[in-house]
Amino acid sequence: MRAFTRSLRRRAGASVPLAYGAWAPGRQSPAYAASRFRPSAWIASTLLAAFLSLPALAVLPNEKLADPAMEARAREISKELRCLVCQNQSIDDSNADLARDLRVLVRERLVAGDSNEQVIAYVHDRYGDFVLLRPPVTGYTALLWGGPFVLLALAGFGTALYMRQRRRDVETMPAPTLTAEEEVRLAALLNDDKPGDGR
Amino acid sequence: MSAVTRHRLLLLLPLAVFLILGGYFALGLTRDPSKLPSMLIDKPAPSFALPGLSEGEKGLSNADLLGKVQLVNVFASWCAPCRVEHPLLMRLAKEQGVTIHAINYKDKPDAAQAFLAQMGNPYTSIGADKDGRVAIDFGVYGVPETYVIDKQGRVRYRHVGPLMPFDVEETILPMIRELSK
Repeated sequence: MRAFTRSLRRRAGASVPLAYGAWAPGRQSPAYAASRFRPSAWIASTLLAAFLSLPALAVLPNEKLADPAMEARAREISKELRCLVCQNQSIDDSNADLARDLRVLVRERLVAGDSNEQVIAYVHDRYGDFVLLRPPVTGYTALLWGGPFVLLALAGFGTALYMRQRRRDVETMPAPTLTAEEEVRLAALLNDDKPGDGR
Repeated sequence: MSAVTRHRLLLLLPLAVFLILGGYFALGLTRDPSKLPSMLIDKPAPSFALPGLSEGEKGLSNADLLGKVQLVNVFASWCAPCRVEHPLLMRLAKEQGVTIHAINYKDKPDAAQAFLAQMGNPYTSIGADKDGRVAIDFGVYGVPETYVIDKQGRVRYRHVGPLMPFDVEETILPMIRELSK
Protein backbone atom coordinates (compact mmCIF):
# COMPACT_ATOMS: atom_id res chain seq x y z
CA MET A 1 0.00 0.00 0.00
CA ARG A 2 2.75 2.39 0.97
CA ALA A 3 4.89 1.49 -2.05
CA PHE A 4 1.86 2.02 -4.24
CA THR A 5 1.24 5.51 -2.80
CA ARG A 6 4.92 6.34 -3.17
CA SER A 7 4.96 5.37 -6.84
CA LEU A 8 1.85 7.47 -7.40
CA ARG A 9 3.51 10.36 -5.61
CA ARG A 10 6.59 10.02 -7.79
CA ARG A 11 4.47 10.04 -10.89
CA ALA A 12 2.48 13.06 -9.72
CA GLY A 13 5.72 14.87 -8.90
CA ALA A 14 7.20 14.08 -12.30
CA SER A 15 4.30 15.76 -14.07
CA VAL A 16 4.97 19.16 -12.49
CA PRO A 17 8.16 20.11 -14.42
CA LEU A 18 6.43 19.14 -17.66
CA ALA A 19 3.57 21.52 -16.90
CA TYR A 20 6.07 24.24 -16.07
CA GLY A 21 7.88 23.68 -19.37
CA ALA A 22 4.68 24.09 -21.32
CA TRP A 23 4.17 27.71 -20.26
CA ALA A 24 7.73 28.79 -19.48
CA PRO A 25 8.19 32.34 -20.82
CA GLY A 26 10.22 32.59 -24.00
CA ARG A 27 9.74 28.99 -25.04
CA GLN A 28 6.71 29.46 -27.23
CA SER A 29 5.16 32.45 -29.00
CA PRO A 30 3.17 34.60 -26.47
CA ALA A 31 -0.17 33.71 -28.07
CA TYR A 32 0.59 30.00 -27.88
CA ALA A 33 1.87 30.30 -24.33
CA ALA A 34 -1.26 32.21 -23.30
CA SER A 35 -3.48 29.51 -24.73
CA ARG A 36 -1.56 26.84 -22.75
CA PHE A 37 -1.49 28.65 -19.40
CA ARG A 38 -4.59 27.53 -17.56
CA PRO A 39 -4.50 28.44 -13.86
CA SER A 40 -7.39 26.11 -13.11
CA ALA A 41 -5.51 23.14 -14.57
CA TRP A 42 -2.41 24.11 -12.67
CA ILE A 43 -4.31 24.42 -9.38
CA ALA A 44 -6.11 21.14 -10.04
CA SER A 45 -2.86 19.27 -10.70
CA THR A 46 -1.25 20.81 -7.60
CA LEU A 47 -4.20 19.75 -5.47
CA LEU A 48 -4.06 16.28 -6.99
CA ALA A 49 -0.35 16.02 -6.20
CA ALA A 50 -0.97 17.25 -2.64
CA PHE A 51 -3.75 14.72 -2.20
CA LEU A 52 -1.66 11.86 -3.51
CA SER A 53 1.20 12.73 -1.16
CA LEU A 54 -0.87 12.23 2.01
CA PRO A 55 0.85 9.77 4.35
CA ALA A 56 -0.09 6.15 3.89
CA LEU A 57 -2.61 5.11 6.52
CA ALA A 58 -2.27 1.96 8.54
CA VAL A 59 -5.85 2.17 9.82
CA LEU A 60 -7.97 -0.22 7.80
CA PRO A 61 -11.53 0.67 6.80
CA ASN A 62 -13.02 -2.20 8.80
CA GLU A 63 -11.42 -0.89 12.00
CA LYS A 64 -13.06 2.51 11.73
CA LEU A 65 -15.95 3.56 13.92
CA ALA A 66 -19.18 4.73 12.36
CA ASP A 67 -19.28 7.88 14.50
CA PRO A 68 -16.79 10.37 12.95
CA ALA A 69 -16.29 12.26 16.23
CA MET A 70 -15.42 9.07 18.09
CA GLU A 71 -13.20 7.88 15.23
CA ALA A 72 -11.35 11.22 15.41
CA ARG A 73 -10.79 10.67 19.15
CA ALA A 74 -9.54 7.15 18.44
CA ARG A 75 -7.06 8.51 15.89
CA GLU A 76 -5.90 11.15 18.35
CA ILE A 77 -5.30 8.52 21.06
CA SER A 78 -3.63 6.13 18.62
CA LYS A 79 -1.08 8.79 17.68
CA GLU A 80 -0.05 9.02 21.36
CA LEU A 81 0.56 5.28 21.71
CA ARG A 82 3.74 3.65 20.58
CA CYS A 83 3.71 0.40 18.66
CA LEU A 84 5.55 -2.13 20.84
CA VAL A 85 6.71 -4.10 17.82
CA CYS A 86 8.04 -1.32 15.56
CA GLN A 87 8.94 0.92 18.49
CA ASN A 88 9.44 4.07 16.43
CA GLN A 89 5.94 4.23 15.05
CA SER A 90 2.67 5.02 16.73
CA ILE A 91 -0.02 2.35 16.61
CA ASP A 92 -1.80 4.70 14.20
CA ASP A 93 1.10 4.39 11.72
CA SER A 94 2.08 0.78 12.21
CA ASN A 95 0.98 -2.21 10.18
CA ALA A 96 2.04 -4.65 12.90
CA ASP A 97 -0.57 -7.13 14.16
CA LEU A 98 -0.26 -5.96 17.75
CA ALA A 99 -0.74 -2.34 16.64
CA ARG A 100 -3.93 -3.37 14.87
CA ASP A 101 -5.16 -5.21 17.98
CA LEU A 102 -4.44 -2.13 20.10
CA ARG A 103 -6.24 0.15 17.63
CA VAL A 104 -9.27 -2.09 17.85
CA LEU A 105 -8.96 -2.15 21.65
CA VAL A 106 -8.78 1.67 21.80
CA ARG A 107 -11.98 1.90 19.77
CA GLU A 108 -13.73 -0.69 21.95
CA ARG A 109 -12.83 1.23 25.10
CA LEU A 110 -14.16 4.44 23.53
CA VAL A 111 -17.42 2.76 22.56
CA ALA A 112 -17.65 1.42 26.12
CA GLY A 113 -17.66 5.04 27.29
CA ASP A 114 -14.09 5.63 28.39
CA SER A 115 -12.59 9.11 28.22
CA ASN A 116 -9.40 9.63 26.19
CA GLU A 117 -7.37 9.63 29.42
CA GLN A 118 -8.98 6.41 30.61
CA VAL A 119 -8.16 4.65 27.34
CA ILE A 120 -4.53 5.77 27.51
CA ALA A 121 -4.36 4.73 31.18
CA TYR A 122 -5.77 1.30 30.23
CA VAL A 123 -2.96 0.69 27.74
CA HIS A 124 -0.36 2.30 30.03
CA ASP A 125 -1.34 -0.11 32.86
CA ARG A 126 -0.39 -3.02 30.62
CA TYR A 127 2.61 -1.77 28.71
CA GLY A 128 4.15 0.91 30.93
CA ASP A 129 5.76 4.26 30.13
CA PHE A 130 7.30 2.86 26.98
CA VAL A 131 3.95 2.75 25.22
CA LEU A 132 3.49 6.50 25.62
CA LEU A 133 5.08 8.52 22.83
CA ARG A 134 4.96 11.47 25.25
CA PRO A 135 6.43 9.94 28.42
CA PRO A 136 5.42 11.43 31.79
CA VAL A 137 7.97 13.44 33.76
CA THR A 138 9.26 11.14 36.51
CA GLY A 139 12.62 10.69 38.20
CA TYR A 140 13.46 8.13 35.53
CA THR A 141 12.61 10.38 32.57
CA ALA A 142 13.86 13.64 34.14
CA LEU A 143 17.08 13.53 32.11
CA LEU A 144 15.11 12.95 28.93
CA TRP A 145 12.93 16.01 29.48
CA GLY A 146 15.49 18.23 31.19
CA GLY A 147 18.57 17.20 29.19
CA PRO A 148 18.13 19.68 26.32
CA PHE A 149 17.68 22.59 28.74
CA VAL A 150 20.73 21.55 30.76
CA LEU A 151 22.75 21.40 27.52
CA LEU A 152 21.44 24.82 26.46
CA ALA A 153 22.36 26.32 29.83
CA LEU A 154 25.84 24.77 29.69
CA ALA A 155 26.41 26.02 26.15
CA GLY A 156 25.18 29.52 27.10
CA PHE A 157 27.45 29.58 30.15
CA GLY A 158 30.42 28.45 28.05
CA THR A 159 29.74 31.04 25.37
CA ALA A 160 29.41 33.86 27.93
CA LEU A 161 32.68 32.83 29.58
CA TYR A 162 34.47 32.69 26.22
CA MET A 163 33.14 36.10 25.11
CA ARG A 164 34.15 37.72 28.38
CA GLN A 165 37.64 36.29 28.16
CA ARG A 166 38.02 37.40 24.57
CA ARG A 167 36.95 40.97 25.34
CA ARG A 168 39.41 41.10 28.23
CA ASP A 169 42.18 39.77 25.97
CA VAL A 170 41.53 42.50 23.37
CA GLU A 171 41.45 45.23 26.00
CA THR A 172 44.63 44.21 27.78
CA MET A 173 46.72 42.96 24.88
CA PRO A 174 49.44 45.55 23.96
CA ALA A 175 49.34 46.76 20.37
CA PRO A 176 52.07 44.98 18.41
CA THR A 177 54.95 47.20 17.34
CA LEU A 178 56.02 47.48 13.72
CA THR A 179 59.47 46.58 12.49
CA ALA A 180 61.61 49.28 10.86
CA GLU A 181 60.92 47.80 7.45
CA GLU A 182 57.14 47.91 8.05
CA GLU A 183 57.36 51.54 9.23
CA VAL A 184 59.03 52.51 5.96
CA ARG A 185 56.41 50.67 3.93
CA LEU A 186 53.54 52.19 5.90
CA ALA A 187 54.96 55.71 5.38
CA ALA A 188 55.30 55.03 1.67
CA LEU A 189 51.69 53.81 1.47
CA LEU A 190 50.36 56.81 3.42
CA ASN A 191 52.29 59.31 1.25
CA ASP A 192 51.36 57.58 -1.94
CA ASP A 193 48.72 59.83 -3.56
CA LYS A 194 48.88 58.38 -7.04
CA PRO A 195 45.65 56.30 -7.48
CA GLY A 196 45.98 52.90 -9.06
CA ASP A 197 49.52 52.33 -8.00
CA GLY A 198 49.15 49.37 -5.73
CA ARG A 199 52.71 48.83 -4.60
CA MET B 1 46.37 29.22 36.64
CA SER B 2 48.14 30.88 33.76
CA ALA B 3 46.43 31.39 30.39
CA VAL B 4 48.72 28.82 28.78
CA THR B 5 47.88 26.04 31.26
CA ARG B 6 44.21 26.83 30.82
CA HIS B 7 44.51 26.43 27.07
CA ARG B 8 46.39 23.17 27.52
CA LEU B 9 43.52 21.89 29.71
CA LEU B 10 41.06 22.92 27.03
CA LEU B 11 42.83 20.52 24.66
CA LEU B 12 41.71 17.68 26.94
CA LEU B 13 38.06 18.62 26.48
CA PRO B 14 37.49 16.47 23.36
CA LEU B 15 39.02 13.51 25.18
CA ALA B 16 36.72 14.10 28.15
CA VAL B 17 33.68 14.33 25.86
CA PHE B 18 34.79 11.16 24.09
CA LEU B 19 35.20 9.27 27.37
CA ILE B 20 31.77 10.34 28.62
CA LEU B 21 30.03 9.45 25.35
CA GLY B 22 32.08 6.24 25.02
CA GLY B 23 31.05 5.16 28.52
CA TYR B 24 27.44 5.97 27.76
CA PHE B 25 27.44 3.99 24.52
CA ALA B 26 29.36 1.08 26.07
CA LEU B 27 26.62 0.84 28.70
CA GLY B 28 24.02 1.04 25.93
CA LEU B 29 25.62 -1.93 24.15
CA THR B 30 25.05 -4.14 27.17
CA ARG B 31 21.34 -3.39 27.18
CA ASP B 32 18.74 -4.66 24.77
CA PRO B 33 16.35 -1.83 23.91
CA SER B 34 13.78 -4.31 22.62
CA LYS B 35 13.42 -5.81 26.14
CA LEU B 36 10.86 -3.82 28.02
CA PRO B 37 10.09 -3.97 31.74
CA SER B 38 6.81 -5.65 32.62
CA MET B 39 4.17 -3.64 34.43
CA LEU B 40 3.03 -6.78 36.23
CA ILE B 41 6.16 -7.47 38.28
CA ASP B 42 5.12 -8.25 41.89
CA LYS B 43 1.48 -7.74 40.96
CA PRO B 44 -1.16 -10.44 40.73
CA ALA B 45 -1.59 -11.95 37.26
CA PRO B 46 -4.53 -10.40 35.42
CA SER B 47 -7.80 -12.23 35.85
CA PHE B 48 -8.73 -14.24 32.82
CA ALA B 49 -10.41 -17.46 31.76
CA LEU B 50 -9.41 -19.00 28.47
CA PRO B 51 -10.99 -22.05 26.78
CA GLY B 52 -8.87 -25.08 25.90
CA LEU B 53 -7.54 -25.88 22.44
CA SER B 54 -10.40 -28.21 21.66
CA GLU B 55 -13.92 -28.33 22.96
CA GLY B 56 -14.30 -30.00 26.33
CA GLU B 57 -10.60 -29.63 27.04
CA LYS B 58 -9.66 -27.75 30.18
CA GLY B 59 -8.49 -24.23 29.51
CA LEU B 60 -6.47 -21.87 31.67
CA SER B 61 -7.60 -19.22 34.14
CA ASN B 62 -5.84 -17.09 36.73
CA ALA B 63 -7.26 -19.38 39.44
CA ASP B 64 -4.90 -22.09 38.11
CA LEU B 65 -1.93 -19.87 38.88
CA LEU B 66 -2.34 -20.06 42.68
CA GLY B 67 -0.74 -22.40 45.19
CA LYS B 68 2.68 -23.11 43.75
CA VAL B 69 5.47 -21.55 41.75
CA GLN B 70 4.84 -22.09 38.06
CA LEU B 71 5.58 -20.75 34.62
CA VAL B 72 3.25 -19.27 32.04
CA ASN B 73 4.59 -19.55 28.51
CA VAL B 74 3.05 -17.58 25.65
CA PHE B 75 3.52 -19.49 22.43
CA ALA B 76 2.14 -19.94 18.93
CA SER B 77 2.68 -22.59 16.27
CA TRP B 78 3.53 -19.88 13.71
CA CYS B 79 6.29 -18.51 15.90
CA ALA B 80 9.75 -19.76 14.91
CA PRO B 81 11.57 -18.82 18.16
CA CYS B 82 8.91 -20.85 20.03
CA ARG B 83 10.20 -23.93 18.24
CA VAL B 84 13.71 -23.02 19.31
CA GLU B 85 12.85 -22.88 23.01
CA HIS B 86 10.40 -25.77 23.03
CA PRO B 87 12.90 -28.59 23.74
CA LEU B 88 14.06 -26.59 26.76
CA LEU B 89 10.49 -26.34 28.05
CA MET B 90 10.15 -30.11 27.58
CA ARG B 91 13.25 -30.67 29.71
CA LEU B 92 12.09 -28.19 32.35
CA ALA B 93 8.80 -30.05 32.69
CA LYS B 94 10.21 -33.59 32.47
CA GLU B 95 13.55 -33.35 34.26
CA GLN B 96 12.94 -30.51 36.72
CA GLY B 97 9.26 -31.14 37.30
CA VAL B 98 8.35 -27.51 36.70
CA THR B 99 4.67 -26.80 36.11
CA ILE B 100 4.31 -24.87 32.87
CA HIS B 101 1.03 -23.41 31.67
CA ALA B 102 0.55 -22.04 28.20
CA ILE B 103 -1.28 -19.22 26.55
CA ASN B 104 -1.62 -20.15 22.90
CA TYR B 105 -1.45 -16.74 21.25
CA LYS B 106 -3.55 -15.98 18.15
CA ASP B 107 -3.25 -19.46 16.77
CA LYS B 108 -5.42 -21.99 15.00
CA PRO B 109 -6.22 -24.81 17.45
CA ASP B 110 -5.42 -27.46 14.81
CA ALA B 111 -2.03 -25.90 14.09
CA ALA B 112 -1.28 -25.67 17.84
CA GLN B 113 -2.25 -29.36 18.30
CA ALA B 114 -0.01 -30.36 15.39
CA PHE B 115 2.86 -28.32 16.86
CA LEU B 116 2.51 -30.10 20.22
CA ALA B 117 2.16 -33.51 18.55
CA GLN B 118 5.42 -32.89 16.71
CA MET B 119 7.45 -31.15 19.43
CA GLY B 120 5.95 -32.70 22.57
CA ASN B 121 3.64 -31.15 25.13
CA PRO B 122 5.30 -29.76 28.27
CA TYR B 123 2.18 -27.88 29.36
CA THR B 124 -0.03 -28.74 32.32
CA SER B 125 -2.86 -26.73 30.80
CA ILE B 126 -3.29 -24.59 27.72
CA GLY B 127 -5.55 -21.59 27.22
CA ALA B 128 -6.39 -20.59 23.66
CA ASP B 129 -6.15 -16.82 23.32
CA LYS B 130 -7.52 -16.50 19.82
CA ASP B 131 -7.90 -12.73 19.70
CA GLY B 132 -4.82 -12.01 21.83
CA ARG B 133 -6.74 -10.05 24.46
CA VAL B 134 -5.44 -11.94 27.49
CA ALA B 135 -1.94 -11.49 26.09
CA ILE B 136 -2.54 -7.73 25.97
CA ASP B 137 -3.62 -7.88 29.62
CA PHE B 138 -0.27 -9.52 30.35
CA GLY B 139 1.53 -6.84 28.35
CA VAL B 140 2.78 -9.35 25.78
CA TYR B 141 4.39 -7.64 22.80
CA GLY B 142 6.08 -10.55 21.10
CA VAL B 143 5.99 -14.31 21.35
CA PRO B 144 7.45 -16.27 23.00
CA GLU B 145 7.29 -14.75 26.47
CA THR B 146 7.65 -16.62 29.74
CA TYR B 147 6.38 -15.50 33.14
CA VAL B 148 7.36 -16.80 36.57
CA ILE B 149 4.32 -16.83 38.88
CA ASP B 150 4.75 -17.23 42.64
CA LYS B 151 2.58 -19.18 45.12
CA GLN B 152 0.28 -16.19 45.62
CA GLY B 153 -0.34 -15.92 41.90
CA ARG B 154 1.84 -12.83 41.49
CA VAL B 155 4.04 -12.27 38.45
CA ARG B 156 7.66 -12.20 39.61
CA TYR B 157 9.60 -12.25 36.37
CA ARG B 158 9.09 -11.92 32.67
CA HIS B 159 11.37 -13.23 29.94
CA VAL B 160 10.86 -11.89 26.41
CA GLY B 161 12.02 -14.01 23.50
CA PRO B 162 13.07 -17.65 23.38
CA LEU B 163 14.49 -19.10 26.59
CA MET B 164 18.12 -20.10 26.28
CA PRO B 165 19.85 -22.70 28.47
CA PHE B 166 21.70 -20.01 30.42
CA ASP B 167 18.45 -18.10 31.06
CA VAL B 168 17.06 -21.25 32.62
CA GLU B 169 20.22 -22.15 34.57
CA GLU B 170 21.02 -18.66 35.83
CA THR B 171 17.62 -17.01 36.24
CA ILE B 172 14.54 -19.18 35.95
CA LEU B 173 15.56 -22.24 38.00
CA PRO B 174 17.23 -20.27 40.86
CA MET B 175 14.15 -18.07 41.01
CA ILE B 176 11.78 -21.04 41.15
CA ARG B 177 13.89 -22.58 43.95
CA GLU B 178 13.95 -19.30 45.87
CA LEU B 179 10.20 -18.71 45.53
CA SER B 180 9.33 -22.30 46.42
CA LYS B 181 10.94 -22.02 49.87
